[in-house]
Amino acid sequence: MSPSKANAYIDSTLGYFAPRMVNALGLPGNTVGIQNNIIDVNVYMYPNPAINNITITTDKNILSKVGYLYRTTAVYGSGKFGLADRFRIKNRKEIYGPFRLEMMLVYLIRQFTFDQVNHIAKCNNPRKSVELDKDICRNLGIGNSTGLGMAPFIINHPTLLNNWILARETALKKIREIKEVKISDSKNFFKCLKKSIKNITSWHTDSEFQQKKIKELLNNLNKFILFLEKEFNFDQDYPFNAIYLWSENNLCDESIEYIVSMMMEPYDDIITPLINQMSSEEEKYFNIPTSKTVNDLKNILENKYTNILKIDFSKKKNNQNFWFISKNKLEPRVANRYIEDGSNLEEPLAIARDIKKLYERLSNQKNILLIGKFLIENNDLRHIVRRAFLIEKFPYSEIQDNTIGSNLMPIDMLRLKLSFFGALKFDPKSDKWLRICMFQGAPLPTELKNIDDQWIYNSLN
Amino acid sequence: MRTLSEIDMTSKRACKAMGFPWGIAEEVGKNMRILEMFGLPGIRNLNQYFKNYKNQHFQIISLIAKSNISPKIPYCPIILGTNFLDQILILEELNEIKFNNVAYPLILLPFVSRASEIIGKRIHLKMDKNNFLLCFNNFIYSNNSIYNIIDNCKNVDIKFIENQDSFTENEWNELYQLSENTFLEETDSLKQTAAGAGLSDND
Repeated sequence: MSPSKANAYIDSTLGYFAPRMVNALGLPGNTVGIQNNIIDVNVYMYPNPAINNITITTDKNILSKVGYLYRTTAVYGSGKFGLADRFRIKNRKEIYGPFRLEMMLVYLIRQFTFDQVNHIAKCNNPRKSVELDKDICRNLGIGNSTGLGMAPFIINHPTLLNNWILARETALKKIREIKEVKISDSKNFFKCLKKSIKNITSWHTDSEFQQKKIKELLNNLNKFILFLEKEFNFDQDYPFNAIYLWSENNLCDESIEYIVSMMMEPYDDIITPLINQMSSEEEKYFNIPTSKTVNDLKNILENKYTNILKIDFSKKKNNQNFWFISKNKLEPRVANRYIEDGSNLEEPLAIARDIKKLYERLSNQKNILLIGKFLIENNDLRHIVRRAFLIEKFPYSEIQDNTIGSNLMPIDMLRLKLSFFGALKFDPKSDKWLRICMFQGAPLPTELKNIDDQWIYNSLN
Repeated sequence: MRTLSEIDMTSKRACKAMGFPWGIAEEVGKNMRILEMFGLPGIRNLNQYFKNYKNQHFQIISLIAKSNISPKIPYCPIILGTNFLDQILILEELNEIKFNNVAYPLILLPFVSRASEIIGKRIHLKMDKNNFLLCFNNFIYSNNSIYNIIDNCKNVDIKFIENQDSFTENEWNELYQLSENTFLEETDSLKQTAAGAGLSDND
């Protein structure tokens, strides 16, 4: 084990243990994390007092509301912690789609949680123990705590991000182009939409900002359902296009995204072929085209980063944050550069600021100068030159916003990525991390032959 | 065993920690991945280079010429490699390039290998007694097995190999005649029907 990894473990252990020790000994000071929570749920424990075993019961609704038995922390991708590099397995067609293998592991961990509960029960009382009911298992997923690690991921994998968004845009375009929608498809869309509303009511958060957003989403969707029921007619030509245009004019951004997701539900034939286009051979695009000119690069910046070039980075608020990797946790973190030390170890994630800097530097150069020569004196901006040439080929590869500004909302970056994983039960704990649930309601491994494609809406609580 | 992703990431970060810009650190990360993938001791050489980097001076080169000499201070292989890659389309026209006194030349090798892919030509790379044939960043042939650290190379020669056939016209014709045995001689009937346009088909 490396010293840094050992330090990470020690840090976690002490972080848990020390405050509890302080409290147990009655010492003055921090008692974070050990206050009793009064939970208004029906949990029964008996017998009381107990000699050997106790039985804990709760009703199914409580289990369903929580949604899982275990919560994982990170779900690391290929090439880390003993997992093989992706290039060794990428040609296996069953895992062509990105993160398919990782998601399968998450699914298997879900099953492990049931197996372990059954195992412990059996060990405790081999004669009287019973296995978890299959309906209960099916109605449980696997939890996940997700922090800032996902935010740098979507910045550091621009071609992958492009391919994900492109798949979404392609699907949306094809659905909007459907002239006549079958009755079964419109019914399916409406059914999924109505069932899915329960999902939103299960999002709990202490964040006032997020509470407002959730409330607005819910109100918007109820307004949309009313619109569909009272005013809308699927018999018209291009009905999904009409729905999209109406949503753009009447609803908030989050609601539009939600409705687009629902529009995809009836159209497996459109969605499924796109899965294989969501991977990316990132290595192919690594080399900088050094035979291009300063003029070429300036054109790219002016056309593809129009809004970013308008940001004034001399203002403190636009330059407030810096991203770094914690030595203690080996995870990305974000901090205020005007309050905290350490911005000299800033990660190269301030894309907007560096693009602006590159543009200013290019403006002082001759237009015909080759990029290869420009780089001789400007290698400090090499990472951003590489990136700018990528966006020329991959229009959705960039977050068109400032990732270091004072209004940065990292959780939105996290949710963007999580939405592609099919995450449920968003539970934002702050603007930097959240809890989610996956595979709640999914068929168990023994039921995979006959599955309901829309299982996701059958068990939300 | 470390994965290539770990090798890439750790090399990149180590390079940044030594004071190189992120963009160059990215190049080094990719290069270590290439060296280790081909079974060459990239990590060992890079690690040793960085150990010496703070205490020893290394020559920076910007514009690369046909002959590049630095008699006293060895060239930094990272800056040399980066500029070689950036200027490759101009350098290719020189046919042959020489460097005298290059530190840790194995670190330079993947830059040259990637250059071979960019220009679509094989490159012969000679580092003192070690010869390498770099083929489009897909293959690396060497006359020696290299397992150790090479801390300096007196002479580095780079030759761009023009794409040309490795066989004679006669050898080609003999092989082509054999291949013709897989073709079918068309009868009059086939000539009229098999292509779809009858006898007027000249396309």
